Amino acid sequence: MASYSTNEFRSGLKIMLDGDPCTIVENEFVKPGKGQAFNRVKIRNLKTGRVIERTFKSGDSVEAADVLDTEMQYIYSDGSFWHFMHPETFEQVAASEAALGDSAKWLKEEDLCQVTLWNGAPISVSPPNHVVLRVTETDPGLRGDTSSGGTKPATLETGAVIRVPLFIEVGELLKVDTRSGEYISRVKE
Amino acid sequence: MTPPEDWRPGASVALLRLRAEMLAATRAFFAERGLLEVETPALSAAASTSPALQSFQVRDADGGLAGYLHTSPEFPMKRLLAAGCGSIYQICRAFRAGELGRWHNPELTLVEWYRVGMDHHALMVEVAELLVTLLPPERLSRPREVLSYQEVFRRALAVDPLQAPLAVLEAAARRAGIVAPAGLGEHRDAWLDLLLSHAVQPGLGRGGLTFVHGFPGSQAALARLDPDDPRVAHRFEVFLEGVELANGFHELADPAAQRARFEAELRQRAESGLPPVPVDQRLLTALEQGGLPECAGVALGFDRVVGLAAGATNLDQVMAFSARRA
Repeated sequence: MASYSTNEFRSGLKIMLDGDPCTIVENEFVKPGKGQAFNRVKIRNLKTGRVIERTFKSGDSVEAADVLDTEMQYIYSDGSFWHFMHPETFEQVAASEAALGDSAKWLKEEDLCQVTLWNGAPISVSPPNHVVLRVTETDPGLRGDTSSGGTKPATLETGAVIRVPLFIEVGELLKVDTRSGEYISRVKE
Repeated sequence: MTPPEDWRPGASVALLRLRAEMLAATRAFFAERGLLEVETPALSAAASTSPALQSFQVRDADGGLAGYLHTSPEFPMKRLLAAGCGSIYQICRAFRAGELGRWHNPELTLVEWYRVGMDHHALMVEVAELLVTLLPPERLSRPREVLSYQEVFRRALAVDPLQAPLAVLEAAARRAGIVAPAGLGEHRDAWLDLLLSHAVQPGLGRGGLTFVHGFPGSQAALARLDPDDPRVAHRFEVFLEGVELANGFHELADPAAQRARFEAELRQRAESGLPPVPVDQRLLTALEQGGLPECAGVALGFDRVVGLAAGATNLDQVMAFSARRA
């Protein structure tokens, strides 16, 4: 079984911890001048998304996690699973609601997403950083008011609710940053 | 894989200039005090036996072992002291395998000096004087403090590092939110190192220098033990903003005690699965035949001092080419 020594620790490295696949977020080498060296590591559990802190004795080894980040196209949801397809091999995988988490509300068919596979099965999905989605519901727009800076809620075609400027109307296409959930701009059709 | 910007230095030109000025100021400081600048081999037949320090092995052109890169110039400098050269200093590169992090680089610049006739308390004063010369005044907004190892543990964790049973140290680690690594077992010093590095050290040296002295006797390294309280050693360290800057000793001069410590360290290396290294027999002979004069010595991590002077957050910002660019 593949393993990594603490000397190989760097952010992004995928390791197994307590039976779950994790990614290293931050690795700090600490060592009293005449004493035991440690690696103080911030680790994200790839299944739960939670970040925890762990300390390893420098030189110890941990099991590698067979985790692969791959770009896949979202094709459809059957209500319980979200289906993705590799754009070149046409290989398909089905991701559970747990793997989707918060990402589900940004996904529109044909969007390219980053799907994280553990032992071949999807454990998490990241939507594109920017998506373009249509407004399906919002209070009537205030025409001409493009500068006041006020905002209102708007529901998008995927179900996501974001804050938008007051002049936005139902049916418009919006560019949204999925990392912050913030409105960026209107998009012309 | 290699980022294309790797050819550039990590330190800005302004920082390289600051570094050069600080090197010049260090030499001027010692010249004014009459210390002799010396140079000793970086490559030598013997190596540090400390289980906490790993030496790089160097191969000869024919594949045989040429020797070890020094982890500090301590042993040959002590041979010079035993030969009667008086107080000396050296500014050199030292090499420590496996040490790479924000404040660690496997190749580092040490300022190491020995003061004949001084004990560790007098040397702590001189270390402070040098650091006051090198660091901008705004980095030292309060007077220096001198605390015992016992005191800094008591303040940070309410435990006595010299007396508390192992279970109390383990409980203190849990209270501090540390998930201890497996394999520390009964190694009391490893538990103390865990607590020091995770929960004590980050608070040391805030706003000014903190000197910590009276390390446990089991961590004496090359310091003499306190004759009045052999639980502690005449060893000190200096911290600024949570970063360890220097380590010093009232030097152990007794050749038999020195030999016993080397042997104990070799046993610890074997227990930890570390490769054996040749003991510096020339140092032991120097202690026996020449005799080490009463002296105190200290090694200062020059790169870290530059880092703190400049307000840097890691060594890559203060070295022309740290390991990731070397």
